[in-house]
Amino acid sequence: MAATKASKEQKYDRQLRLWGDHGQEELENAHVCLINSTASGTELLKNLVLPGIGSFTIVDGHKVSGEDVGNNFFLSNHSIGRNRAQAATELLQELNTDVSGNFVEESYKVTSSIKTFSCRVNNFWFYFHSTCLRLGSVLWNANVPFLVCRTYGLVGYMRLVVKEHTVIESHPDNALEDLRLDQPFAELKSHIQSYDLEGMGKKDHGHTPWIIIVAKYLEKWFSEHNSQLPKNYKEKEAFKQLIRQGILKNEKGTPEDEENFEEAIKNVNTALNPTKVISSGVDDIFNGEQCNDITSQTPAFWLMTRAVREFVQNDGSGNLPVRGSIPDMIADSEKFINLQNVYREKAMQDASVVSKHVEALLQSVGKVCGPYSCILRCCSLSSACSMDSADGEMVLYLMLRSVDRFYQQHSRYPGVYNYQVEEDISKLKLCVNSLLQEYSLNVNVKDDYIHEFCRYGAAEPHTVASFLGGSAAQEAIKIITRQFVPFNNTFIYNAMSQTTATFQL
Amino acid sequence: MADTDEPEKKRRRVVELTEKMVVDGGRDGGEWDGRWNHINMFLERPGPFTHPDFEPSTESLQFLLDTCKILVIGAGGLGCELLKDLALSGFRHIHVVDMDTIDVSNLNRQFLFRLKDVGRPKADIAADFINGRIPGCNVVPHFKKIQDFDESFYRQFHIIVCGLDSIIARRWMNGMLLSLLVYEDGVLDPSSIIPLIDGGTEGFKGNARVIFPGMTACIDCTLELYPPQINFPMCTIASMPRLPEHCVEYVRMLLWPKEKPFGDGVGLDADDPEHIQWVYQKSQERAAEFSITGITYRLTQGVVKRIIPAVASTNAVIAAACATEVFKIASSAYIPLNNYMVFNDVDGLYTYTFEAERKENCSACSQVPQDLYFSPSAKLQEVLDYLTENASLQMKSPAITATLEGKNKTLYLQTVASIEQRTRPNLSKSLKELGLLDGQELAVADVTTPQTVLFKLSFTS
Repeated sequence: MAATKASKEQKYDRQLRLWGDHGQEELENAHVCLINSTASGTELLKNLVLPGIGSFTIVDGHKVSGEDVGNNFFLSNHSIGRNRAQAATELLQELNTDVSGNFVEESYKVTSSIKTFSCRVNNFWFYFHSTCLRLGSVLWNANVPFLVCRTYGLVGYMRLVVKEHTVIESHPDNALEDLRLDQPFAELKSHIQSYDLEGMGKKDHGHTPWIIIVAKYLEKWFSEHNSQLPKNYKEKEAFKQLIRQGILKNEKGTPEDEENFEEAIKNVNTALNPTKVISSGVDDIFNGEQCNDITSQTPAFWLMTRAVREFVQNDGSGNLPVRGSIPDMIADSEKFINLQNVYREKAMQDASVVSKHVEALLQSVGKVCGPYSCILRCCSLSSACSMDSADGEMVLYLMLRSVDRFYQQHSRYPGVYNYQVEEDISKLKLCVNSLLQEYSLNVNVKDDYIHEFCRYGAAEPHTVASFLGGSAAQEAIKIITRQFVPFNNTFIYNAMSQTTATFQL
Repeated sequence: MADTDEPEKKRRRVVELTEKMVVDGGRDGGEWDGRWNHINMFLERPGPFTHPDFEPSTESLQFLLDTCKILVIGAGGLGCELLKDLALSGFRHIHVVDMDTIDVSNLNRQFLFRLKDVGRPKADIAADFINGRIPGCNVVPHFKKIQDFDESFYRQFHIIVCGLDSIIARRWMNGMLLSLLVYEDGVLDPSSIIPLIDGGTEGFKGNARVIFPGMTACIDCTLELYPPQINFPMCTIASMPRLPEHCVEYVRMLLWPKEKPFGDGVGLDADDPEHIQWVYQKSQERAAEFSITGITYRLTQGVVKRIIPAVASTNAVIAAACATEVFKIASSAYIPLNNYMVFNDVDGLYTYTFEAERKENCSACSQVPQDLYFSPSAKLQEVLDYLTENASLQMKSPAITATLEGKNKTLYLQTVASIEQRTRPNLSKSLKELGLLDGQELAVADVTTPQTVLFKLSFTS
């Protein structure tokens, strides 16, 4: 048992460094369902099976055709004529013995069987290759995330449908530091005071953290500028000059090589950003319904959010809890660690105050609060979309809706056979126009796109399916692990130009 | 309804069936009806967005199947995906080069490998798997370094696609294809151009680019785009650690050579768990000395092995984009990517597509002799430092030779110990002392390029 755990750590090492052991645990407890094992579908599953998803189920009533085998890595020519769900499950299962694969040899229908499924397992996902409004509404009501994906010619498409998804660990790429230099908390103030820049020796002077340097010079600036932060470019440059003058000089009067002072000057622009008072995004979350009405059923995310709101309003003087991390900087070990601890201890203090608020809100939660939260609210599939312009990828979206309309009218997609391509162009154009009319869209769709979509003949080239499968799988992993921010809510990939776009529809 | 009562039994049956299937798949290279339907649309039908050179025909497919030769460099995270993508796009004559063997930590994304394959050459196993799964496909493996081959090998391919994890290797490949270019009366012969598709990934980020050597921006033209490797300053490591990483580097670089924990001359083997365990323990001691927290085994291993996190999904996306470009170029079906796409799915999905520009004086592709400006009293060491530190050159261990008094003289060479010792004194000699003249040509060889780079030395006063 210990051996398997150790080898799992080895096998998954490269991904554990991204979403941690807790993220991996969520993944291993998840069960996903794929409807229709087309190439896009199996590629998506492959990218979930490899990292160790708990289990998957493929629902597909089709028999494997020669065409299917041609673009699908998980169907072999020996399985032609057999049920497609079963054939694909076998070759996907073989990728990773940690994962449990299942199949249902039925075409998807909205029957009671779906309800029975939902009862058996939690965390159920559906991936579908063409839209289905009724399925969408069943899942919407059950709050089961629904990801619609398809590859159509050189176009990839994904639509995320979930009522609400909350993320605490969003791992932002370029977050600004939370240094509180404009309003230092008590412990930071007294730590800064413990430094005497003028009185210290040369070695200490050159190894004082830049945060301390900026803080000290800010005190000087405040006394001369009525406690106002340097506001514009001119003032910031003057402030930087002030710091530069503080660099030690040798006997000849030339400035010494003090990298920490250079760091201070370099960081002035960002370090002096006023401590962010609540952004509009966070405000929305604080004013959300669930944040206001706390009950015994309230999920952890909303409890924490409410507790943080209490903190902001009562203990933080309008500010969020201190983040507690500082970037690395030129300094000797002791000075750096001491400064780091000042921030860390304050962060822990703030977190315990938040924790007390949570207790006071009838439940206790053990997590340290992260400021990186966000909510996604997606629209249900049937909500009307409004578009004003038709640039690049948006046209492709309209074309996808149009070919579905074509299918509804003619029970086939346009241009599947060579002889159909020409004649289908005018038929598809009618579909495009009726779609535009129905949604009152005053948009011009060039004939070239209509021709191109007839040319595609609903083909699903493997490379486009693989691109989409990779993209979709990672979005699924984000939702399952509750880490990183998923897309919201419609994604288009254009393999002709290698460009993508995300729309919120 | 799914059989949830006897999952273990069913799983075993599935595994048996699958093993049989993987073995049988290879026996007949025969075609079957509809096999290439998904691709034929793009080869046989005219369209409004096709490349100007494109001519719809039923013969294009035959070209892909029978004639087109593709070289895949790397059989790892990107390589496995590339082989699958190409094989399912009609390419049958594929060669793959990889010098590595399979490790357990590869299995979360390099899906052509299984636990039983650990230790075997990646190229061999990858080729076997693809050939077995995709009837008719003939992947030829080479368990070698790219530097083991010369122009005659590379010249045979129509397109080369790279899934490498090293900038040095990329630059070498780039240099090799540049060396194949033929110029007649100063005009580039287009038939000597071999397109290079290059993909790279790191965690949730990746990029794909298309290079037409001699025509578009090459790898070296955009060297500054690659983030510099993180190397901590020695004084931080030696006396002023602040982060857990500093402590690990201290043990790796300073303590290990001093204490020789596993014997004289036994170097640190990053793949040996016992070695890593020792480094981990010593790093904890070092950290405790400075009140630094956060040392874990995983962190230690990550620092020593310079581990880059990786997942299947990013590799799938980037390889797919690259393979789409290979298909476009081989079939002329569409205008290829022009010429660089960046991908990042940390927050939603973000891509940025742009045209990287050629650098006028690129040291690899511009054919403009590179200039060196030094005072005659400058030491050779300064020239060496410039070659390695300059952002556009970033050489690794350059060897400098010059023609002096009609003879070819090696001024400094690092890669052969005996020559390094012999030429080391030259580093502290001035250029004038070494007999170099104003306007002198210096020939520099380095791992980053298969060809020697010529520099013109100009003396400053």
